[in-house]
Amino acid sequence: MVKLVLRKDEFEVRHGMTLEAALKKCGILPESVVAIREGEMITEDEIIKDGETIRLVAVISGG
Amino acid sequence: MKCRKCGGKAVINMPQHHLGLCKDDYLAWLPEQTGRFIEKYAMFGREEKVLVAVSGGKDSLALWEILHRLGYQADGLYLCLGIDGGIAYSSESQRLTEQFAAARGLQLHIVNVEAETGRTIPELARLSLRGRSKPCSVCGLVKRHEMNRVARDLGYNVLATGHNLDDEAAVLFGNTLTWSREYLLRQGPVLPAIPGLARKVKPLCRFYEREMAAYALLRGIEYIYEECPHALGSTSTYYKEVLNRMEHERPGVKLRFYLAFLDAHKSGLFARQEDVQPSLNPCPGCGQPTSAPGLCSFCRLKEKVRSSGEAGL
Repeated sequence: MVKLVLRKDEFEVRHGMTLEAALKKCGILPESVVAIREGEMITEDEIIKDGETIRLVAVISGG
Repeated sequence: MKCRKCGGKAVINMPQHHLGLCKDDYLAWLPEQTGRFIEKYAMFGREEKVLVAVSGGKDSLALWEILHRLGYQADGLYLCLGIDGGIAYSSESQRLTEQFAAARGLQLHIVNVEAETGRTIPELARLSLRGRSKPCSVCGLVKRHEMNRVARDLGYNVLATGHNLDDEAAVLFGNTLTWSREYLLRQGPVLPAIPGLARKVKPLCRFYEREMAAYALLRGIEYIYEECPHALGSTSTYYKEVLNRMEHERPGVKLRFYLAFLDAHKSGLFARQEDVQPSLNPCPGCGQPTSAPGLCSFCRLKEKVRSSGEAGL
């Protein structure tokens, strides 16, 4: 499994899919986040691997 | 995905430009593009003094960093709004802004709204009819007034803000839904100076919000991640989400929306400026231009603070 962390929310998805597919499963628009794997920014076509945690940085601010 | 410039591993994909870039090429590309936009829209020259309105957020700190990198004379202005919201929002954003400026040896002006008006923004909002629901309109009023005052008092030619394309597209979307002709006429990368009001420019207006967050993260800029507590659930955030859903299905739609608007504006699709420009008079309190017959909105707000103090409120 792969863990996606966005602020206080955590999502678990199966490994082996693209990050874009994982975001879709979690109902997160790729346009609204930047994804970080082990300190490195990654693109949505990356395949997510078993056991890893992807940090999602929210990019939208209001006001 | 590979970097289109060097063939290395891309860290960001920008479908609207059909462009993926690695970290190094992205960190070079974004400031280069910013420099192009500054020239394209004739925002300011190298001989001019620029005051950057910094909030401690990703966009304004990245803007200041980029202008400094490009060799412009850019100083910062931080307005302490006195917003706590349970997360020490103002004090933390001020700390990050001061840390940013000190690390780069940049000049930062700090204005405390409470010292200037006698009240913090949430207190001003409570005093004012404008703040019955949210303090955002009072906050906008105070920020616009104070940014302009400092620019004028300290002799800056230009006031630069970190508005990105998502900000601009959301405002445009809202003003289009209501056909707010006056606001539509005033929107653009540059708002020219008029007597008493500094020129306002938005050098980041063609970058997606996601691109600015990526730039700040890749450049190692420490910014305030938490949103202003009063902005949660705001209309502008809702419009941004709507536009991002469209962007996901139709990459580039946000950029085309904004650029097509600028083209339409330039070709005179909207009313001529003189048709809707209200007549402006100098405010007898502060001297800034106002369309009101007497005191401007900011000075009326200060009057309200004064009378509430006398009434013991």
